[in-house]
Amino acid sequence: MPPLSALSVTRIYPGAAGRPPLHALGPIDLELQQGEFFSVVGPSGCGKSSLLDLLAGMEAPSAGTVTFEGKPVAGVVPEGVGIVFQEDASFPWLTVFDNVAFGLRRAKMSPAEVTARVEDALRLIGLTGFAQAYPAQLSGGMRQRVCIARTLVMRPRLIMLDEPFGALDQQTRLLMGDELLRLWRETGATIMLITHSLDEATLLSDRVGVMSARPGRFIDLIETGWPRDRDSRMASDPAFGAITARIWSQLRDQSIQAMRATT
Amino acid sequence: MSRVGRIRIGVIVAAVLVLEAACRSGLIDRFSLVPPSIMAGTAVAILWAGTYTADMLTTLTTVVIAAVLSVVCGFALGALLWAWPRLHRAADPFLASYYAVPSFIFYPLFIVMFGLNRWPLVAVAFIFSFVAMAIATADGFHSVRPILRRAARSMRLSQFDTIRTVMLPAAAPYFFTGVKLAVAYAFIGVIAGEFIQSGTGLGYRIAFAYQSFETATMYGLMLILVVGVVLVNSGLWAIERRMRARVPA
Repeated sequence: MPPLSALSVTRIYPGAAGRPPLHALGPIDLELQQGEFFSVVGPSGCGKSSLLDLLAGMEAPSAGTVTFEGKPVAGVVPEGVGIVFQEDASFPWLTVFDNVAFGLRRAKMSPAEVTARVEDALRLIGLTGFAQAYPAQLSGGMRQRVCIARTLVMRPRLIMLDEPFGALDQQTRLLMGDELLRLWRETGATIMLITHSLDEATLLSDRVGVMSARPGRFIDLIETGWPRDRDSRMASDPAFGAITARIWSQLRDQSIQAMRATT
Repeated sequence: MSRVGRIRIGVIVAAVLVLEAACRSGLIDRFSLVPPSIMAGTAVAILWAGTYTADMLTTLTTVVIAAVLSVVCGFALGALLWAWPRLHRAADPFLASYYAVPSFIFYPLFIVMFGLNRWPLVAVAFIFSFVAMAIATADGFHSVRPILRRAARSMRLSQFDTIRTVMLPAAAPYFFTGVKLAVAYAFIGVIAGEFIQSGTGLGYRIAFAYQSFETATMYGLMLILVVGVVLVNSGLWAIERRMRARVPA
Protein backbone atom coordinates (compact mmCIF):
# COMPACT_ATOMS: atom_id res chain seq x y z
CA MET A 1 0.00 0.00 0.00
CA PRO A 2 1.48 3.41 -0.90
CA PRO A 3 2.14 5.51 2.22
CA LEU A 4 0.42 8.50 0.72
CA SER A 5 -1.94 8.88 -2.16
CA ALA A 6 -3.90 11.79 -3.49
CA LEU A 7 -6.83 11.50 -5.85
CA SER A 8 -8.10 14.57 -7.73
CA VAL A 9 -7.10 16.82 -4.84
CA THR A 10 -8.23 20.37 -5.53
CA ARG A 11 -8.09 23.60 -3.56
CA ILE A 12 -10.39 26.47 -4.42
CA TYR A 13 -10.46 29.53 -2.16
CA PRO A 14 -13.85 31.24 -1.99
CA GLY A 15 -13.80 34.73 -3.52
CA ALA A 16 -13.83 37.55 -1.00
CA ALA A 17 -16.32 40.44 -1.33
CA GLY A 18 -17.74 39.83 -4.80
CA ARG A 19 -14.52 38.52 -6.34
CA PRO A 20 -14.52 35.18 -8.18
CA PRO A 21 -13.25 32.09 -6.33
CA LEU A 22 -9.52 31.40 -6.69
CA HIS A 23 -8.64 28.02 -8.11
CA ALA A 24 -5.27 27.55 -6.42
CA LEU A 25 -4.45 23.94 -6.95
CA GLY A 26 -5.32 20.74 -8.71
CA PRO A 27 -6.68 18.39 -9.57
CA ILE A 28 -3.64 16.51 -8.28
CA ASP A 29 -3.11 12.76 -8.48
CA LEU A 30 -0.09 11.37 -6.71
CA GLU A 31 1.15 8.17 -5.14
CA LEU A 32 4.30 8.10 -3.05
CA GLN A 33 6.23 4.84 -2.88
CA GLN A 34 7.35 3.35 0.40
CA GLY A 35 10.77 4.79 1.38
CA GLU A 36 10.85 7.10 -1.63
CA PHE A 37 12.47 10.56 -1.67
CA PHE A 38 10.06 12.69 -3.64
CA SER A 39 10.52 16.37 -4.39
CA VAL A 40 8.12 18.96 -5.72
CA VAL A 41 9.28 21.96 -7.74
CA GLY A 42 7.15 24.60 -9.35
CA PRO A 43 6.95 28.31 -10.15
CA SER A 44 6.33 30.78 -7.33
CA GLY A 45 2.72 30.86 -6.19
CA CYS A 46 1.80 27.60 -7.91
CA GLY A 47 0.52 26.16 -4.65
CA LYS A 48 3.46 23.98 -3.55
CA SER A 49 2.96 24.84 0.10
CA SER A 50 -0.82 24.49 -0.22
CA LEU A 51 -0.22 21.03 -1.65
CA LEU A 52 1.85 20.11 1.41
CA ASP A 53 -0.86 21.48 3.71
CA LEU A 54 -3.50 19.39 1.96
CA LEU A 55 -1.47 16.18 1.79
CA ALA A 56 -0.32 16.53 5.42
CA GLY A 57 -3.83 17.14 6.69
CA MET A 58 -3.16 20.72 7.79
CA GLU A 59 -6.01 21.79 5.50
CA ALA A 60 -8.96 20.00 3.96
CA PRO A 61 -9.17 19.91 0.13
CA SER A 62 -12.12 21.52 -1.66
CA ALA A 63 -12.45 18.29 -3.65
CA GLY A 64 -10.69 14.96 -3.91
CA THR A 65 -9.29 12.63 -1.28
CA VAL A 66 -5.98 12.10 0.47
CA THR A 67 -5.14 8.82 2.17
CA PHE A 68 -2.22 8.03 4.43
CA GLU A 69 -1.48 4.32 4.81
CA GLY A 70 -4.94 3.61 3.49
CA LYS A 71 -6.81 5.86 5.92
CA PRO A 72 -8.42 9.09 4.74
CA VAL A 73 -6.72 12.32 5.85
CA ALA A 74 -9.33 14.87 6.82
CA GLY A 75 -7.99 18.17 8.06
CA VAL A 76 -5.91 16.62 10.87
CA VAL A 77 -2.26 15.62 10.57
CA PRO A 78 -2.24 11.82 10.94
CA GLU A 79 -0.02 10.05 13.43
CA GLY A 80 3.11 8.92 11.59
CA VAL A 81 3.43 12.14 9.55
CA GLY A 82 6.08 14.70 10.54
CA ILE A 83 6.36 18.19 9.05
CA VAL A 84 9.37 20.52 8.85
CA PHE A 85 8.63 24.10 7.82
CA GLN A 86 10.69 26.69 5.98
CA GLU A 87 10.44 29.18 8.83
CA ASP A 88 12.18 28.56 12.11
CA ALA A 89 9.54 26.79 14.19
CA SER A 90 11.71 25.95 17.18
CA PHE A 91 10.21 27.00 20.51
CA PRO A 92 12.45 29.83 21.78
CA TRP A 93 11.55 29.35 25.45
CA LEU A 94 12.77 25.74 25.48
CA THR A 95 16.31 24.40 25.34
CA VAL A 96 17.33 22.30 22.34
CA PHE A 97 16.78 19.18 24.45
CA ASP A 98 13.30 20.26 25.55
CA ASN A 99 12.38 21.30 22.01
CA VAL A 100 13.23 17.87 20.69
CA ALA A 101 11.56 16.17 23.69
CA PHE A 102 8.33 18.22 23.27
CA GLY A 103 6.31 15.63 21.32
CA LEU A 104 7.65 12.67 23.29
CA ARG A 105 6.65 14.21 26.61
CA ARG A 106 3.21 14.98 25.25
CA ALA A 107 2.96 11.31 24.28
CA LYS A 108 3.61 10.53 27.99
CA MET A 109 6.80 8.62 27.27
CA SER A 110 8.94 7.68 30.28
CA PRO A 111 11.74 10.17 31.12
CA ALA A 112 14.39 7.52 30.48
CA GLU A 113 13.06 6.81 27.02
CA VAL A 114 12.66 10.53 26.28
CA THR A 115 16.32 11.09 27.16
CA ALA A 116 17.46 8.12 25.10
CA ARG A 117 15.48 9.12 22.03
CA VAL A 118 16.36 12.82 22.24
CA GLU A 119 20.07 12.05 22.63
CA ASP A 120 19.80 9.71 19.68
CA ALA A 121 18.15 12.38 17.55
CA LEU A 122 20.67 15.03 18.62
CA ARG A 123 23.52 12.71 17.70
CA LEU A 124 21.90 12.02 14.34
CA ILE A 125 21.76 15.73 13.49
CA GLY A 126 25.07 16.63 15.15
CA LEU A 127 23.79 18.86 17.97
CA THR A 128 24.86 16.76 20.95
CA GLY A 129 26.95 19.55 22.46
CA PHE A 130 24.03 22.02 22.26
CA ALA A 131 21.38 20.14 24.23
CA GLN A 132 21.17 22.85 26.89
CA ALA A 133 21.42 25.82 24.51
CA TYR A 134 18.41 27.98 23.65
CA PRO A 135 17.45 28.51 19.97
CA ALA A 136 18.43 32.19 20.20
CA GLN A 137 22.01 31.05 20.81
CA LEU A 138 22.10 28.97 17.60
CA SER A 139 22.58 29.81 13.92
CA GLY A 140 19.66 29.56 11.47
CA GLY A 141 20.97 26.23 10.14
CA MET A 142 21.27 24.77 13.62
CA ARG A 143 17.75 25.91 14.55
CA GLN A 144 16.42 24.21 11.45
CA ARG A 145 18.25 21.06 12.51
CA VAL A 146 16.52 21.30 15.90
CA CYS A 147 13.18 21.34 14.05
CA ILE A 148 14.23 18.36 11.97
CA ALA A 149 15.26 16.51 15.15
CA ARG A 150 11.94 17.41 16.80
CA THR A 151 10.20 15.79 13.84
CA LEU A 152 12.54 12.78 13.54
CA VAL A 153 12.36 11.89 17.22
CA MET A 154 8.70 10.97 16.77
CA ARG A 155 9.88 8.40 14.19
CA PRO A 156 7.48 9.50 11.44
CA ARG A 157 6.97 7.15 8.56
CA LEU A 158 6.37 10.07 6.22
CA ILE A 159 8.37 13.30 6.58
CA MET A 160 7.14 16.36 4.71
CA LEU A 161 9.51 19.28 4.38
CA ASP A 162 8.38 22.69 3.11
CA GLU A 163 11.48 24.42 1.74
CA PRO A 164 13.36 23.62 4.96
CA PHE A 165 16.64 25.09 3.71
CA GLY A 166 15.13 28.12 1.98
CA ALA A 167 16.62 30.60 4.44
CA LEU A 168 20.13 29.09 4.40
CA ASP A 169 23.13 29.96 2.24
CA GLN A 170 24.06 27.71 -0.70
CA GLN A 171 26.91 25.84 1.02
CA THR A 172 24.90 25.13 4.15
CA ARG A 173 22.03 24.02 1.94
CA LEU A 174 24.19 21.47 0.18
CA LEU A 175 25.51 20.09 3.46
CA MET A 176 22.03 20.00 5.00
CA GLY A 177 20.86 18.18 1.87
CA ASP A 178 23.54 15.55 2.45
CA GLU A 179 22.43 15.23 6.06
CA LEU A 180 18.85 14.83 4.98
CA LEU A 181 19.87 12.02 2.61
CA ARG A 182 21.77 10.31 5.43
CA LEU A 183 18.76 10.60 7.77
CA TRP A 184 16.52 9.29 5.03
CA ARG A 185 18.72 6.23 4.59
CA GLU A 186 19.04 5.64 8.33
CA THR A 187 15.37 6.07 9.20
CA GLY A 188 13.88 4.41 6.14
CA ALA A 189 11.11 7.03 6.13
CA THR A 190 9.36 8.28 3.01
CA ILE A 191 10.22 11.91 2.29
CA MET A 192 8.33 14.58 0.41
CA LEU A 193 10.32 17.76 -0.07
CA ILE A 194 8.92 21.04 -1.37
CA THR A 195 11.67 23.20 -2.83
CA HIS A 196 12.15 26.04 -5.28
CA SER A 197 15.69 24.90 -6.02
CA LEU A 198 15.94 22.74 -9.13
CA ASP A 199 19.45 21.59 -8.14
CA GLU A 200 18.26 20.52 -4.72
CA ALA A 201 15.35 18.59 -6.15
CA THR A 202 17.56 16.85 -8.71
CA LEU A 203 20.34 16.03 -6.24
CA LEU A 204 18.23 14.66 -3.43
CA SER A 205 15.31 12.89 -5.02
CA ASP A 206 14.35 9.55 -6.44
CA ARG A 207 11.54 11.31 -8.23
CA VAL A 208 10.78 14.96 -8.95
CA GLY A 209 7.28 16.27 -9.49
CA VAL A 210 7.18 19.41 -11.67
CA MET A 211 4.18 21.66 -11.09
CA SER A 212 2.51 24.10 -13.46
CA ALA A 213 1.68 27.75 -12.76
CA ARG A 214 -1.55 28.35 -10.83
CA PRO A 215 -3.73 26.33 -10.60
CA GLY A 216 -0.83 23.98 -9.78
CA ARG A 217 -0.91 20.53 -11.36
CA PHE A 218 1.83 18.01 -11.99
CA ILE A 219 3.04 18.45 -15.57
CA ASP A 220 5.91 15.97 -15.28
CA LEU A 221 7.19 13.28 -12.92
CA ILE A 222 10.88 12.63 -13.45
CA GLU A 223 12.73 9.56 -12.15
CA THR A 224 16.34 10.44 -11.39
CA GLY A 225 17.62 6.88 -11.15
CA TRP A 226 20.16 7.76 -8.45
CA PRO A 227 21.50 5.01 -6.19
CA ARG A 228 20.21 5.07 -2.60
CA ASP A 229 23.71 5.75 -1.33
CA ARG A 230 24.31 9.25 -2.71
CA ASP A 231 25.23 12.80 -1.70
CA SER A 232 25.72 16.28 -3.15
CA ARG A 233 28.73 15.10 -5.14
CA MET A 234 26.22 13.68 -7.62
CA ALA A 235 26.30 17.22 -8.99
CA SER A 236 29.33 16.20 -11.06
CA ASP A 237 27.41 13.32 -12.68
CA PRO A 238 26.51 14.13 -16.30
CA ALA A 239 22.95 12.97 -15.60
CA PHE A 240 22.57 15.77 -13.05
CA GLY A 241 22.78 18.44 -15.76
CA ALA A 242 20.46 16.53 -18.03
CA ILE A 243 17.79 16.09 -15.35
CA THR A 244 18.01 19.71 -14.18
CA ALA A 245 17.77 20.85 -17.81
CA ARG A 246 14.68 18.70 -18.32
CA ILE A 247 13.02 20.16 -15.23
CA TRP A 248 13.89 23.68 -16.34
CA SER A 249 12.60 23.12 -19.85
CA GLN A 250 9.26 22.12 -18.31
CA LEU A 251 9.32 24.93 -15.79
CA ARG A 252 10.53 27.89 -17.82
CA ASP A 253 7.25 28.67 -19.59
CA GLN A 254 5.32 28.05 -16.38
CA SER A 255 7.56 30.46 -14.46
CA ILE A 256 7.16 33.15 -17.12
CA GLN A 257 3.40 32.64 -16.95
CA ALA A 258 3.48 32.88 -13.14
CA MET A 259 5.61 36.03 -13.27
CA ARG A 260 3.22 37.71 -15.74
CA ALA A 261 0.31 36.84 -13.50
CA THR A 262 1.87 38.56 -10.50
CA THR A 263 3.35 41.69 -12.17
CA MET B 1 30.61 45.44 36.36
CA SER B 2 30.15 46.82 32.85
CA ARG B 3 31.30 50.30 31.87
CA VAL B 4 27.68 51.44 31.57
CA GLY B 5 26.98 50.11 35.06
CA ARG B 6 29.94 52.03 36.48
CA ILE B 7 28.80 55.23 34.76
CA ARG B 8 25.29 54.71 36.11
CA ILE B 9 26.48 54.32 39.70
CA GLY B 10 28.94 57.18 39.24
CA VAL B 11 26.11 59.54 38.19
CA ILE B 12 24.02 58.58 41.24
CA VAL B 13 26.94 58.92 43.67
CA ALA B 14 27.93 62.28 42.16
CA ALA B 15 24.35 63.59 42.41
CA VAL B 16 24.09 62.49 46.06
CA LEU B 17 27.46 64.10 46.88
CA VAL B 18 26.52 67.37 45.17
CA LEU B 19 23.22 67.40 47.06
CA GLU B 20 24.98 66.65 50.34
CA ALA B 21 27.46 69.49 49.75
CA ALA B 22 24.70 71.91 48.69
CA CYS B 23 22.68 71.15 51.85
CA ARG B 24 25.65 71.19 54.21
CA SER B 25 27.02 74.44 52.85
CA GLY B 26 23.65 76.18 53.24
CA LEU B 27 23.13 76.61 49.50
CA ILE B 28 19.82 74.80 49.99
CA ASP B 29 18.08 75.59 53.27
CA ARG B 30 17.35 72.69 55.61
CA PHE B 31 13.68 73.50 55.69
CA SER B 32 13.33 72.63 52.02
CA LEU B 33 15.71 69.71 51.80
CA VAL B 34 17.74 67.76 54.33
CA PRO B 35 21.14 66.32 53.34
CA PRO B 36 20.97 62.80 51.87
CA SER B 37 22.99 61.46 54.84
CA ILE B 38 20.25 62.66 57.22
CA MET B 39 17.54 61.23 54.93
CA ALA B 40 19.28 57.86 55.07
CA GLY B 41 19.77 58.14 58.83
CA THR B 42 16.11 58.99 59.39
CA ALA B 43 15.02 56.18 57.08
CA VAL B 44 17.09 53.66 59.06
CA ALA B 45 15.78 55.10 62.37
CA ILE B 46 12.17 54.85 61.13
CA LEU B 47 12.66 51.24 60.06
CA TRP B 48 14.46 50.42 63.33
CA ALA B 49 11.82 52.04 65.58
CA GLY B 50 8.98 50.44 63.61
CA THR B 51 6.83 53.56 64.01
CA TYR B 52 5.46 53.33 60.47
CA THR B 53 5.70 49.58 59.90
CA ALA B 54 1.90 49.18 60.08
CA ASP B 55 1.49 51.94 57.45
CA MET B 56 4.06 50.34 55.21
CA LEU B 57 2.33 46.97 55.45
CA THR B 58 -1.04 48.59 54.74
CA THR B 59 0.32 50.27 51.64
CA LEU B 60 2.09 47.13 50.51
CA THR B 61 -0.95 44.88 50.92
CA THR B 62 -3.16 47.43 49.14
CA VAL B 63 -0.66 47.54 46.27
CA VAL B 64 -0.51 43.74 46.13
CA ILE B 65 -4.33 43.43 46.08
CA ALA B 66 -4.63 46.09 43.34
CA ALA B 67 -1.76 44.59 41.31
CA VAL B 68 -3.10 41.02 41.53
CA LEU B 69 -6.61 42.18 40.52
CA SER B 70 -5.14 44.20 37.65
CA VAL B 71 -3.02 41.31 36.41
CA VAL B 72 -5.88 38.81 36.56
CA CYS B 73 -8.57 41.08 35.06
CA GLY B 74 -6.13 42.72 32.62
CA PHE B 75 -5.02 39.32 31.39
CA ALA B 76 -8.62 38.18 30.92
CA LEU B 77 -9.51 41.37 29.01
CA GLY B 78 -6.33 41.13 26.90
CA ALA B 79 -7.06 37.51 26.02
CA LEU B 80 -10.63 38.48 25.08
CA LEU B 81 -9.38 41.33 22.86
CA TRP B 82 -7.03 38.92 21.11
CA ALA B 83 -9.61 36.18 20.67
CA TRP B 84 -12.22 38.65 19.40
CA PRO B 85 -10.52 40.94 16.84
CA ARG B 86 -13.70 42.90 16.17
CA LEU B 87 -13.95 43.82 19.84
CA HIS B 88 -10.28 44.80 19.76
CA ARG B 89 -10.83 47.09 16.78
CA ALA B 90 -13.90 48.61 18.45
CA ALA B 91 -12.03 49.15 21.72
CA ASP B 92 -8.83 50.47 20.12
CA PRO B 93 -9.63 54.22 20.35
CA PHE B 94 -10.57 53.82 24.02
CA LEU B 95 -7.44 51.88 24.81
CA ALA B 96 -5.24 54.37 22.94
CA SER B 97 -6.67 57.33 24.83
CA TYR B 98 -7.20 55.56 28.15
CA TYR B 99 -4.19 57.05 29.86
CA ALA B 100 -5.12 60.54 28.71
CA VAL B 101 -7.87 60.48 31.35
CA PRO B 102 -6.56 61.22 34.85
CA SER B 103 -8.04 58.26 36.71
CA PHE B 104 -7.65 59.99 40.07
CA ILE B 105 -10.65 62.18 39.39
CA PHE B 106 -12.72 59.07 40.18
CA TYR B 107 -11.15 58.68 43.62
CA PRO B 108 -13.78 60.76 45.45
CA LEU B 109 -16.46 58.71 43.71
CA PHE B 110 -14.87 55.49 44.98
CA ILE B 111 -14.74 56.92 48.51
CA VAL B 112 -18.47 57.60 48.27
CA MET B 113 -19.01 54.07 46.95
CA PHE B 114 -16.76 52.11 49.31
CA GLY B 115 -16.21 54.41 52.31
CA LEU B 116 -12.89 55.75 53.56
CA ASN B 117 -10.95 52.51 53.76
CA ARG B 118 -8.62 50.43 51.62
CA TRP B 119 -11.06 49.70 48.79
CA PRO B 120 -11.24 53.14 47.12
CA LEU B 121 -7.44 52.95 46.91
CA VAL B 122 -7.59 49.47 45.43
CA ALA B 123 -10.20 50.71 42.95
CA VAL B 124 -8.25 53.77 41.83
CA ALA B 125 -5.01 51.78 41.55
CA PHE B 126 -6.88 49.05 39.67
CA ILE B 127 -8.40 51.35 37.04
CA PHE B 128 -5.00 52.98 36.65
CA SER B 129 -3.14 49.71 36.05
CA PHE B 130 -5.32 46.96 34.60
CA VAL B 131 -5.50 48.43 31.09
CA ALA B 132 -1.70 48.34 30.82
CA MET B 133 -1.86 44.62 31.57
CA ALA B 134 -4.70 44.11 29.07
CA ILE B 135 -2.80 45.89 26.28
CA ALA B 136 0.39 43.95 27.04
CA THR B 137 -1.55 40.66 27.06
CA ALA B 138 -3.25 41.32 23.72
CA ASP B 139 0.08 42.45 22.22
CA GLY B 140 1.70 39.30 23.61
CA PHE B 141 -0.81 36.96 21.98
CA HIS B 142 -0.57 38.89 18.71
CA SER B 143 3.23 38.70 18.82
CA VAL B 144 3.31 34.91 18.65
CA ARG B 145 4.63 33.99 15.20
CA PRO B 146 1.98 32.06 13.18
CA ILE B 147 4.58 29.39 12.39
CA LEU B 148 4.55 28.30 16.04
CA ARG B 149 0.82 27.66 15.85
CA ARG B 150 1.35 25.79 12.59
CA ALA B 151 4.02 23.70 14.29
CA ALA B 152 1.56 22.98 17.10
CA ARG B 153 -1.03 21.86 14.55
CA SER B 154 1.51 19.66 12.82
CA MET B 155 2.09 17.99 16.20
CA ARG B 156 -1.65 17.37 16.58
CA LEU B 157 -2.08 19.68 19.58
CA SER B 158 -5.65 20.53 20.55
CA GLN B 159 -6.72 24.20 20.66
CA PHE B 160 -6.46 24.17 24.45
CA ASP B 161 -3.01 22.57 24.47
CA THR B 162 -1.81 24.97 21.77
CA ILE B 163 -2.72 27.90 24.00
CA ARG B 164 -1.34 26.28 27.14
CA THR B 165 1.93 24.87 25.82
CA VAL B 166 2.74 27.18 22.90
CA MET B 167 0.89 30.51 23.01
CA LEU B 168 1.34 31.24 26.72
CA PRO B 169 5.08 30.55 26.94
CA ALA B 170 5.71 32.27 23.58
CA ALA B 171 3.96 35.43 24.76
CA ALA B 172 5.25 35.24 28.35
CA PRO B 173 7.75 38.12 28.05
CA TYR B 174 4.93 40.45 26.98
CA PHE B 175 2.74 39.29 29.85
CA PHE B 176 5.60 39.96 32.19
CA THR B 177 6.01 43.48 30.85
CA GLY B 178 2.32 43.90 31.64
CA VAL B 179 2.87 42.62 35.18
CA LYS B 180 5.78 45.02 35.64
CA LEU B 181 3.66 47.96 34.48
CA ALA B 182 0.68 46.85 36.57
CA VAL B 183 2.83 46.71 39.71
CA ALA B 184 4.38 50.12 39.01
CA TYR B 185 0.98 51.69 38.26
CA ALA B 186 -0.56 50.04 41.34
CA PHE B 187 2.15 51.65 43.47
CA ILE B 188 1.51 55.05 41.89
CA GLY B 189 -2.26 54.67 42.27
CA VAL B 190 -2.16 53.62 45.92
CA ILE B 191 0.46 56.16 47.06
CA ALA B 192 -1.24 59.00 45.18
CA GLY B 193 -4.61 58.01 46.63
CA GLU B 194 -3.16 57.94 50.13
CA PHE B 195 -1.75 61.40 49.49
CA ILE B 196 -5.12 62.79 48.46
CA GLN B 197 -7.34 61.27 51.12
CA SER B 198 -6.59 58.51 53.58
CA GLY B 199 -6.03 57.83 57.26
CA THR B 200 -3.23 55.28 56.96
CA GLY B 201 -0.47 54.23 54.64
CA LEU B 202 2.92 55.44 53.57
CA GLY B 203 1.55 58.09 51.20
CA TYR B 204 -0.63 59.48 53.98
CA ARG B 205 2.37 59.54 56.38
CA ILE B 206 4.51 61.40 53.87
CA ALA B 207 1.74 63.96 53.29
CA PHE B 208 1.20 64.27 57.05
CA ALA B 209 4.92 64.83 57.70
CA TYR B 210 4.92 67.46 54.95
CA GLN B 211 1.98 69.30 56.48
CA SER B 212 3.54 69.13 59.97
CA PHE B 213 6.86 70.52 58.74
CA GLU B 214 8.65 67.30 59.78
CA THR B 215 11.02 67.59 56.85
CA ALA B 216 13.49 64.89 57.94
CA THR B 217 10.71 62.35 58.54
CA MET B 218 9.12 63.21 55.21
CA TYR B 219 12.37 62.66 53.31
CA GLY B 220 13.17 59.52 55.34
CA LEU B 221 9.79 58.01 54.37
CA MET B 222 10.22 59.11 50.78
CA LEU B 223 13.61 57.43 50.65
CA ILE B 224 12.17 54.18 52.06
CA LEU B 225 9.41 54.29 49.45
CA VAL B 226 11.77 55.04 46.55
CA VAL B 227 14.24 52.33 47.56
CA GLY B 228 11.41 49.82 48.05
CA VAL B 229 9.85 50.55 44.66
CA VAL B 230 13.22 50.52 42.91
CA LEU B 231 14.06 47.13 44.48
CA VAL B 232 10.72 45.59 43.44
CA ASN B 233 11.06 46.98 39.94
CA SER B 234 14.69 45.91 39.55
CA GLY B 235 13.74 42.38 40.54
CA LEU B 236 10.94 42.31 37.95
CA TRP B 237 13.18 43.95 35.37
CA ALA B 238 15.90 41.32 35.86
CA ILE B 239 13.39 38.48 35.38
CA GLU B 240 11.98 40.19 32.30
CA ARG B 241 15.45 40.64 30.80
CA ARG B 242 16.17 36.94 31.21
CA MET B 243 12.89 36.06 29.52
CA ARG B 244 13.52 38.46 26.63
CA ALA B 245 16.97 36.99 26.04
CA ARG B 246 15.26 33.69 25.20
CA VAL B 247 12.23 34.98 23.37
CA PRO B 248 13.32 38.12 21.53
CA ALA B 249 10.45 40.49 20.80
